[in-house]
Amino acid sequence: MSLRADLEIIQQWIKPGSHVLDLGCGEGELLRHLRDHKQVQGYGLEIDPEKINACIQHGVNVLEQNLDKELNNFEDNSFDTVVMTQSLQAMHFPDRVLEDMLRIGHEGILTFPNFAHWRCRWYLGTKGRMPVSEFMPYTWYNTPNIHFCTFKDFEQLCRERGIKVLDRLVVDQTHKRSWLSGLWPNLLGEVAIYRISR
Amino acid sequence: MSTLPADSVGLVTPQRHTFSEPLQLACGKALASYDLVYETYGQLNSAADNAILICHALSGHHHAAGYHSEDERKPGWWDSCIGPGKAIDTNRFFVVSLNNLGGCHGSTGPSSIDPESGKSYGASFPVLTVEDWVHSQARLADVLGVQQWAAVVGGSLGGMQALQWAISYPERIRHCVAIATAPKLSAQNIAFNEVARQAITTDPDFHHGEYAAFGVIPKRGLMLARMVGHITYLSDDSMGLKFGRELRSEQLNYDLTSVEFEVESYLRYQGQEFSGRFDANTYLLMTKALDYFDPAAAHGDDLAKTLAGIQASTLVMSFTTDWRFSPARSYELVNALLAAKKQVSYLEIEAAQGHDAFLLPIPRYIEALSGYMNRIEVTS
Repeated sequence: MSLRADLEIIQQWIKPGSHVLDLGCGEGELLRHLRDHKQVQGYGLEIDPEKINACIQHGVNVLEQNLDKELNNFEDNSFDTVVMTQSLQAMHFPDRVLEDMLRIGHEGILTFPNFAHWRCRWYLGTKGRMPVSEFMPYTWYNTPNIHFCTFKDFEQLCRERGIKVLDRLVVDQTHKRSWLSGLWPNLLGEVAIYRISR
Repeated sequence: MSTLPADSVGLVTPQRHTFSEPLQLACGKALASYDLVYETYGQLNSAADNAILICHALSGHHHAAGYHSEDERKPGWWDSCIGPGKAIDTNRFFVVSLNNLGGCHGSTGPSSIDPESGKSYGASFPVLTVEDWVHSQARLADVLGVQQWAAVVGGSLGGMQALQWAISYPERIRHCVAIATAPKLSAQNIAFNEVARQAITTDPDFHHGEYAAFGVIPKRGLMLARMVGHITYLSDDSMGLKFGRELRSEQLNYDLTSVEFEVESYLRYQGQEFSGRFDANTYLLMTKALDYFDPAAAHGDDLAKTLAGIQASTLVMSFTTDWRFSPARSYELVNALLAAKKQVSYLEIEAAQGHDAFLLPIPRYIEALSGYMNRIEVTS
């Protein structure tokens, strides 16, 4: 099984034998990989019944819990790493989830799409309408993505909250890096993978 | 020619084993000898690593699957989940289901004859705890040649036994499946049990539990106990859907005692039917075992510490409209398992049927149970 490209990058940042919480774990691909290759004990949170079932069938620890409600049941510093991929923009209170990630885990790893990517800017600038693409296929009224932000916005929030950015990888939709997006990340990067801590 | 469904375990015959080694009980007393009645479905494999123990709830018994005769109207109480190709697949697993000690379906209980006195135990039967049950079940496992259960599975009071197994015999259980249960009863839970017990013990036919000597049974008390219990098994939604405010006749009678609403009629029927088949002392004993269950009490009320030694992976499931053991109660267990860094999965199943949902073939529930059970490794 080949791992989704962003998960392949993320797994390199996770230490063998560590304790991992995956917020919005989907079918448990990352946790399965970490369990099988890095002796990681992990748990995933998910609310989609189909995806929960897939986790169960693959022997991944999965808890049916909504990230948008509180994560108070997780103790402070009870995990080494808390991961959240492609969900930040769908949260009602992204800042609270971010704070919770770093309360529960020593480190957080998260990925989200960049709303300042030149294609978004072009779409909004020329059509005057909310961007719709293959990558962001929803219209404004039915999108789960209610809190889009840009890399700059995110890093601003991190500064305000005293969150350290340990690593940042800016990639395209297929999670490949290019020297151009390294040069002008907020304009040319489509997805960012951040490693953060207190 | 058999007319039984193809996915049934078919005809089953209950078995009985007499244990003559005394069993020390939590109450301080001991049972010198006792019988356990049980059924098995499927075959124990040569490695003896495919055995599943099914633990029953308050009024359950050993007959969990299949039929006792071709004419039996209904199969065992969990036939929807146990059988060839079902969630607990008897093609893979050797399934054991027993009537708990203190029961009234064949295992030694208050209505059994006390060999010392030659009369039925009645009120002198010792009060039992979930722990006592688990110890008696461990002896049954020994008799069956099962060193380690692949899984112990139970709902409600049965889920408490599954959890107690993981705590008491960590090396003898690989998976714990705890459904619609709680790590201990709340004051409200105990209160409902107390109403049920009061109904029984204040029945003039109860005779301090020695009703057998008088040739009567406290039918009225049992009926009331079941009626109040039954309300806690259903949800407001499911009762609303099933009965609403439907009347038995065209109009109100304006009298104080007749059965007017359908829901009254239903509860009376349930109570009456139950009072004819269940022993009052056993009912008292089962509700006490529920009230006493609190494994964390011995560990300073720290459930995570209580679970520190368990080795089993656990699947916890709850149902949205269950208010007897609500999802929040299951989450207490899940949080403690998380804090203890144990393998755990949790599902909250959308279901209108209240606590009773754990006995019903709700597709998402069955699919999850099936998915979990199929992952359990056994030697083929």
